[in-house]
Amino acid sequence: MADENWKPKIIAIICNWCSYAGADLAGGARIQYPPDIRAVRVMCTGRVDPLFILKAFQDGADGVLVSGCHFGDCHYLEGNYKAAKRMFLLKSVLKNIGLDDKRLRMTFVSASEGAKWGMVMEDVVKTINELGPSPLNELAR
Amino acid sequence: MAEVKNKEARIGVFVCHCGTNIAGTIDIEAVKEYAKTIPNVVVADNYAYMCSTPGQNKIADAIKEHNLTGVVVAACTPRLHEPTFRNATAAGGLNPFRFEMANIRDQNSWVHMHQPVEATEKAKDAVRIAVAKASLLEDLVPKSVPVEKTAMVVGGGVGGMQAALDLADAGIKTYLVEKSPTIGGRMSQLDKTFPTLDCSQCILTPKMVDVYRNENIELLTYTEVEAVEGYIGNFDVTLRKKARGVLTPKEAEARGIVGGGCTGCGDCANVCPVIKPNPFELGMAPRKAIYIYHPQVSPLIYTVDFDACVKCGLCVEACGEKKAVDLEAKDEFITVKVGTAILALGYDIFPIEKKFEFGYKNFDNVITSLEFERLICASGPTGGHLVRPSDGETPKRIAFVLCAGSRDNTDTGKPYCSRFCCMYSLKHAHQIIEKIPGAVPYIFYMDIRSFGKMYEEFYYRIQNEGAKFIRGRVANITEDPVTKNLHVNAEDTLLGRPVDLEVDMVVLAAAIQPSAETEKTRRLFGVSCSQDGWLLEAHPKLNPCGTTTAGVYLAGACQGPKDIPDTVAQAEGAASAASIPIHKGEVELEPYFAQCIEEKCAGCGMCVYQCPYQALSLVEKNGRTVMQVTEAKCKGCGTCGGFCPGGAIWMQHFASPQIIAQIDAFLLGGEQ
Ligand SMILES: Cc1cc2nc3c(=O)[nH]c(=O)nc-3n(C[C@H](O)[C@H](O)[C@H](O)COP(=O)(O)OP(=O)(O)OC[C@H]3O[C@@H](n4cnc5c(N)ncnc54)[C@H](O)[C@@H]3O)c2cc1C
Ligand code: SF4
Ligand code: SF4
Ligand code: FES
Repeated sequence: MADENWKPKIIAIICNWCSYAGADLAGGARIQYPPDIRAVRVMCTGRVDPLFILKAFQDGADGVLVSGCHFGDCHYLEGNYKAAKRMFLLKSVLKNIGLDDKRLRMTFVSASEGAKWGMVMEDVVKTINELGPSPLNELAR
Repeated sequence: MAEVKNKEARIGVFVCHCGTNIAGTIDIEAVKEYAKTIPNVVVADNYAYMCSTPGQNKIADAIKEHNLTGVVVAACTPRLHEPTFRNATAAGGLNPFRFEMANIRDQNSWVHMHQPVEATEKAKDAVRIAVAKASLLEDLVPKSVPVEKTAMVVGGGVGGMQAALDLADAGIKTYLVEKSPTIGGRMSQLDKTFPTLDCSQCILTPKMVDVYRNENIELLTYTEVEAVEGYIGNFDVTLRKKARGVLTPKEAEARGIVGGGCTGCGDCANVCPVIKPNPFELGMAPRKAIYIYHPQVSPLIYTVDFDACVKCGLCVEACGEKKAVDLEAKDEFITVKVGTAILALGYDIFPIEKKFEFGYKNFDNVITSLEFERLICASGPTGGHLVRPSDGETPKRIAFVLCAGSRDNTDTGKPYCSRFCCMYSLKHAHQIIEKIPGAVPYIFYMDIRSFGKMYEEFYYRIQNEGAKFIRGRVANITEDPVTKNLHVNAEDTLLGRPVDLEVDMVVLAAAIQPSAETEKTRRLFGVSCSQDGWLLEAHPKLNPCGTTTAGVYLAGACQGPKDIPDTVAQAEGAASAASIPIHKGEVELEPYFAQCIEEKCAGCGMCVYQCPYQALSLVEKNGRTVMQVTEAKCKGCGTCGGFCPGGAIWMQHFASPQIIAQIDAFLLGGEQ
């Protein structure tokens, strides 16, 4: 299992209008959360190609978070519905390649939910810490 | 569109201290030194405030000196300063889209304040990720689109009216859309207004007339927004004109009824047999099935309540030759084109019966402040005589319960301050002292928020007039079943003892909440809301009238509780903001369009169904079927690009190789 110095590598792909703004708001409110997640900004979660996520896992990510607007609030009407569908399908693909599907998470955090963003961060880090390093990562080594 | 990796990328990295905001946690020097080791980085620098003029000059100078192909600034958030640094990039002679930001403040130093080591590591990663993207960025040109020279204001309260008047006076044709049969909003229900105590109707009615008469304003009352399409400069707004059942003189003329249409005489209502409560009087006075809210309505046109109408036809007869009543009227739909829009949707009173401890609706003599306004108003249901609903007697001892449902963190209340209740309750105290000899107002408060100009002075004045102030939150109210008097139970927190005060009447300064259709309307315009449902401004300090949807602005209480002066001020701000794109005549859209990589496109057409804006279609090109993007329709969400199984869609500025480079940069340390 994980050695003591192991730190999870988690990537978050987040939409510009809701989750990115919510993450900024968490900053404005000085909400403190674990520093293990790196963010990539896209305009909408609809942009998230399942290949991005597979690539991240292949590169050794221990967890991937996709976060967008609440249903009905997507800046482009329905990008998040499409994304949610894709993530759902992708989870079964992950299982097939031997990854716990909890390593991929989709959340909905609005521009006014700074506190919720903090909670999501806590929770994602906790989940991945419990799961330990990605088995793909171990194989690669 | 260049899918080739830019092998000769030359990137400059600039790390901002943001005073101590970033430098207080993150080791700036370490990040800068690290940046120099990242592939493609040819220069790295730091500065106290990168957004300042010297900071921006550093970027422009470095572009020239080092012949940069891309710029990375590690600082606050692109949502604040991306435009600033794009300008600086352009000033150095580079295409502004060759800029990428690493957020090391809002999403790093501010949220990891006690973990400087980890925060510094995260900042290095963020810079590496940004450099990876910047290395692959390409020149882009924003798309310039013409702006329709008309505007729309939704909501005809004092905020919406002021915004429409300002736009109209600036020469812009403006549609003012109001869901109720008249403009005026809540202000027309008020008696007097603090702190000057001028009569609300007296200052509002002239404005209502101005709106009605203004040639640049097309007033659409009893109308709702049904659908919104398009983007800044070119919104297509579909409106539902609800069946009013009564023709205006103009509409009558259009139907060939010469000299006909409603004159507001009221002959119809006199004969109508159906009686309903008048919502304008909060149900305290009756109206007919054909009605106006009050005599000062604008436009002065009657409305048929088709849910109540029994179609007896008496009104048609009474109207006679004017032929204004049309009992067969149907909803009509129209679509108008506007360049910009302002939402001024106002507020509703929180249903205070949900806080059962106050006994509203259970005890006759517990009323809300808005009901008080109607009862004290000379044109109200009692002709301005404040009476007890239980027996019609004049109350002498009146308790005002402030923060009823406001500043209340229980499940049933609202956490925010409703902001104008302290002031209007002081006004109410003054009104009863003035009108009812020997009356004593008892004000139960947590603290009096008299923050505006001349407001604190008004507070002193009411104290001197003899109002009694009891500092403490009201725990509950009980009723004496015989006298219908009320007992207000609270703790006087200044004297540290419980209070049980018997009074003749209780007035609840009930919290306010977003108006009923705010949720539906904001979604149509793509505007976000805060946790409490108030519409969300683009930036709380720097852009309080704007929203994150370009071309849509906010005015008045719909953005958060606001009294009349603040509402009018924001309305004027919103009108000014909404007129800027119209006067400019064109706006630039961020060129994040989808492009078809034709060699890769299989012509399957699956993407066509992904696009929510019908921007994609299949066309024949060189004997092959390929997808084609209509740029004017594409909003750049990337939903098609996230889907195409063949990777044949190139999303400008968010292209797959760019995003994958970011992922690789983080996880593989930039090597690959
Ligand atoms: C009891 C009481 C006393 C007050 N006394 C004072 C005072 O003395 N001084 C003072 O400065 N302020 C006072 N206020 C506050 C004042 O009422 C507000 O500041 C003011 O009404 C805000 O104006 P507005 O235009 O933002 O909203 P509103 O007045 O609420 O107007 C909104 C309008 O938009 C319409 N609308 C809503 N949704 C839609 C939709 N989806 N589509 C189309 N139309 C829509 C509504 O029908 C309404 O006409 C008082 C408030 C209360 C409750
Ligand atoms: S304005 Fe006064 S009464 Fe109203 S919520 Fe704020 S503090 Fe309470
Ligand atoms: S990027 Fe979005 S709006 Fe543009 S064509 Fe693709 S799906 Fe449609
Ligand atoms: S814009 Fe946030 S999910 Fe679409």
